[in-house]
Amino acid sequence: MSKSDSVDLSAFSIPGTSRGILDVFGYRYLLRLLVRKGILTRYHGSVLGWAWSYVKPTAQFLIYYMVMGVFLGLNRGIEGFPIYLFSGIVVVNLFNEAFGNATKSIVNNKALVKKIYLPRELFPIADVFIAFVHFLPQLTILIVVCLIAGWVPTVVQIAGALLAMLIVVLIATGLGLFFGSINVSYRDSQNVVELILMFATYTSPVLYSFSMVQAKLPGWLYDIYMLNPLTSAVELFHSAFWFPTTSETADRPEHLLLFALISLGVAVVTLIIGQLVFRRLEGRFAQEL
Amino acid sequence: MLKNSELDLPRIVIEGVKKTYTLRHTHSFKETLVARARRRRTATSFDAINDVSLTVGEGEAIALIGYNGSGKSTLLKLVSGVLRPDAGRVLTRGRVAGLIEVGAGFHPDLSGRENVYLNAAILGMSKEEIDARFDDILAFSEIGDFIDTEVKHYSSGMFVRLAFAVAIHTELDILLVDEVLAVGDAPFREKCNAKIRELVAAGKTLFIVTHDLHTASEICNRGIVLSKGEVIYDGTMPEAIAALRASR
Repeated sequence: MSKSDSVDLSAFSIPGTSRGILDVFGYRYLLRLLVRKGILTRYHGSVLGWAWSYVKPTAQFLIYYMVMGVFLGLNRGIEGFPIYLFSGIVVVNLFNEAFGNATKSIVNNKALVKKIYLPRELFPIADVFIAFVHFLPQLTILIVVCLIAGWVPTVVQIAGALLAMLIVVLIATGLGLFFGSINVSYRDSQNVVELILMFATYTSPVLYSFSMVQAKLPGWLYDIYMLNPLTSAVELFHSAFWFPTTSETADRPEHLLLFALISLGVAVVTLIIGQLVFRRLEGRFAQEL
Repeated sequence: MLKNSELDLPRIVIEGVKKTYTLRHTHSFKETLVARARRRRTATSFDAINDVSLTVGEGEAIALIGYNGSGKSTLLKLVSGVLRPDAGRVLTRGRVAGLIEVGAGFHPDLSGRENVYLNAAILGMSKEEIDARFDDILAFSEIGDFIDTEVKHYSSGMFVRLAFAVAIHTELDILLVDEVLAVGDAPFREKCNAKIRELVAAGKTLFIVTHDLHTASEICNRGIVLSKGEVIYDGTMPEAIAALRASR
């Protein structure tokens, strides 16, 4: 019966193998349906529905504004503090939502992962797309507020904002693949991720300005601080949205474009590492879940 | 056994496949340390599939039978790609569709219609293919006007019928079935079996895992008996059933 060695094998494929993220694009239609499912069912059964996507960031903004701006006095230190604050918050929110959801997505989809073969990267990537869709209402509010405050968009500013979103989405996907695949065997992973998310808001200049860090830290530590891709993304958003609405006298970080490009490189490397680890662990998903 | 594959290429080739599961007895550092201190084993392994080789030709309908724990479902999962073999290799030719545990991809908050599209896409169909078959799926499921109702309001029978209807209408060359033939009431079951026979008659390759020997012998033309992860009989259905009974 085992005469297959004499058989031409070119027509055959090995079940359960894929080219990883590259294959996800072959499943565009399914990806679209998974994203649609996530969006449709997210606020299912709630009366306010999508309004929650506006309520939550507004509440978050108000808390930070009261504590940081009014009580701790940053309102006076940073011109146009509300817009400064909000343009940073939305970037970190995008990162937290995309990274947090992607980490849990294999475990959340275990019914499918255990029973049918699909490129498993589909699930975390769909979650990143869903996070991006939920980021859009916040971005809309930001743009409207900036326009009211007298923002006249330029091509460079918009390109900067797009670069920031690209950095955040790539790094969240890479980290999500990495921690998500480990999470299948060791649920410690999602707790580590919660810690990282907690730090994310404070290790980038969202609630304070970069110059406060520069004043306190030695030069080399400040450079490391600036090399955090999230810092670059937040500063790009500040440059794109907040800075043009001010009198443009505030300090801006030097070499922002350089830091942003390095961040983009870091994000791509993270994505590659995440994909490699994911592929290595993927073979055990069905039996570990 | 080569009567079909002499001329055509086989559909499934399984060569010296082995699958070993490791069972961890400890789930935290603390438990591991305690177990080590007491010199207890922290993990045991067992061979779910041990050196199985099979060739399945075009248009064959194979029933994989065996008692619980014989490795039937594991073998099917190796063919579908959900699991990877630890040794040996599995090769398939053409589109493989699995009649997986019915409704694994269904979301209770979506309507029947949305679930049909989602599940058909999960099973590898494109939008055009689903559009073309939607009416057939709806007719087969006998869901009628409830198709636009959320699936959570369905009775369990309706749920199963819709899920089965989606799976059976996918575009496929190889159909893998894991113990889902026993769905719905008697008339619907008969309809499902008729549909499966129709696929076999159309030259599709069928690979089913089942305990229902009666249905299996009606549908299948080859029976493979597994015991403790090894093939103990491979041949015609009546003899396979006899071999299964004798193995106990």
